[in-house]
Amino acid sequence: MLEIKDLHVRYGGIQAVQGVSLSIPHGAIVTLIGANGAGKSSIIRSVAGLNKTISGEILFRRHAGEEAVSLMGLRPEEMVRRGIALSPEGRRILPHLTVEENLHLGAYSRDDKDGIAEDMEWVYTLFPRLRERSWQKGGTLSGGEQQMLAVGRALMSRPDLLMLDEPSLGLAPLLVREIFGIIRKINEDGKTVLLVEQNAYAALSVANYAYILEVGRVVLEGPGRELLEDPKVKEAYLGG
Amino acid sequence: MRLDRNTFLSIATMVIFGLVLWQAETFLGDYQIYIAKLIFINIILALSLNLIYGFTGLFSLGHAGFIAIGAYVSALCILPPAQKEIMWILEPIIWPFSDLLTPFWVSVLGGGLFAGVFAIFIAVPVLRLGDDYLGMATLAFAEIIRVLIVNATPITNGSLGIKGIPGHATLLVCYGWALFTLIVLARLCYSNFGNVLRCIRDNEIAASVMGINVFWNKVLSFCIGAFFAGIGGALLGSHLSTIDPKMFNFLLTFNVLMFVVAGGLGSLTGSILGATVITILLEWLRFLEEPMDLGFIEIPGIPGMRMVVFSVVLLVIILKRREGIMGTRELTWNRIFAFFRRLERREKA
Repeated sequence: MLEIKDLHVRYGGIQAVQGVSLSIPHGAIVTLIGANGAGKSSIIRSVAGLNKTISGEILFRRHAGEEAVSLMGLRPEEMVRRGIALSPEGRRILPHLTVEENLHLGAYSRDDKDGIAEDMEWVYTLFPRLRERSWQKGGTLSGGEQQMLAVGRALMSRPDLLMLDEPSLGLAPLLVREIFGIIRKINEDGKTVLLVEQNAYAALSVANYAYILEVGRVVLEGPGRELLEDPKVKEAYLGG
Repeated sequence: MRLDRNTFLSIATMVIFGLVLWQAETFLGDYQIYIAKLIFINIILALSLNLIYGFTGLFSLGHAGFIAIGAYVSALCILPPAQKEIMWILEPIIWPFSDLLTPFWVSVLGGGLFAGVFAIFIAVPVLRLGDDYLGMATLAFAEIIRVLIVNATPITNGSLGIKGIPGHATLLVCYGWALFTLIVLARLCYSNFGNVLRCIRDNEIAASVMGINVFWNKVLSFCIGAFFAGIGGALLGSHLSTIDPKMFNFLLTFNVLMFVVAGGLGSLTGSILGATVITILLEWLRFLEEPMDLGFIEIPGIPGMRMVVFSVVLLVIILKRREGIMGTRELTWNRIFAFFRRLERREKA
């Protein structure tokens, strides 16, 4: 579905990503893990069109068997129309709007009323807590609920590729498990997921395939379960 | 359209208020009517800046420029050709402005449209900037507009300004345009478009990853705001009957900014309250500048005293209620009813 070839990202004089290549097959959950500053977020922000100073190639195939198109140089709103949604780091929900309005804005790029209502129902089924709080202002939600709202809002554009930037950031362990359970459910409903995480254990447990990044390079890759057992990964990312 | 309670109450209030204003001359003096007109014009200006700054978060200090465009375009449209010929003494007025004569409402709309179109030219280069830089750039553009007006003597009569503008802006006319502005902006701000603007204000990155074209929506909001500023300027010119380039300096922008901030950024009813209260306060405080006799001591009139007191009042507002009178809330019928219900309950208890 998504093919990244030799991606470089610069911020000023700093090379945040130095020649990363990865591939995300249709229907998979792929995760990028690594420490702060490893370049994970830079990669998915590039795919979302938020980084301008990039070089390399990003190829996207919305449906299997289609001709691949290049995403280089497209603006963020064009990415959304092509079926790529990003739930950005730090939630970034709109505090002054209600949960329902937040979700509606997520469907900004669409105009099929029935489809939007359908997806709204789907998001509420995934996150029953959002339904309970649908009339509340986004800013009054708890951290976990705001994260759910951010994910739900990204889903409202009916993407085929859902990218999540650190969905577990700042959440209690029980909530992390809940969020990851829902990510798996979203994947089972047919969405391809690209997940950026610092919580390596949780991410590797749900992922079909994982890339481990260090200072802007891929240092290790493999199926999630295998990496969980890898002694090097255990030592560096899973606490021994 | 289904007429629910709130819409009915709004329409009824507008009509009753209109009827009261229609009869205003029977119980208000000339001075009070003058102030009342100024209040409505200031409300238009405050609402238009609130759309740009309060709802979209664009820190624009160029409002005086748009007001000037509106005032000049409208004045050129309604001034009788004969009068124009006499007044342009430095250089004769050029065609087609010399023969231009339109009804007042056309001139007001024309003023708004000109300001709106001009705003596009400013918006495209300038809105790529953020925050303080945007403030500086828009401020500079407002000055450029002023300098253009001073130097385009064959059109604007340069620094002499335009005098004797017909006073078509009566109390009811000002009220009507203020209502028009309020209704249009309320429909815009409390629709999906309004949500998009607030989304851009609160978080540009979130807006762009949701598929919103941030830049285009900013330009749109900026131009709509400028359009209504132009309308306000057109009314202001007709109301004062005299305009000159010096009027449209930074202080005018600052005044409007004050209405908006005091009323609450992102609240239309707040802007109405802010513009009303501050306009009245600025006039009422004039008594401070007159000599006072307190019985035991006589204070001579100190010019500028009202501005001192006024600044203190503003400081208190900003220190005690930083988000303004209304914050981002609106004064709605539901809120008013809820307030009365609470009072009732408290009385029973």
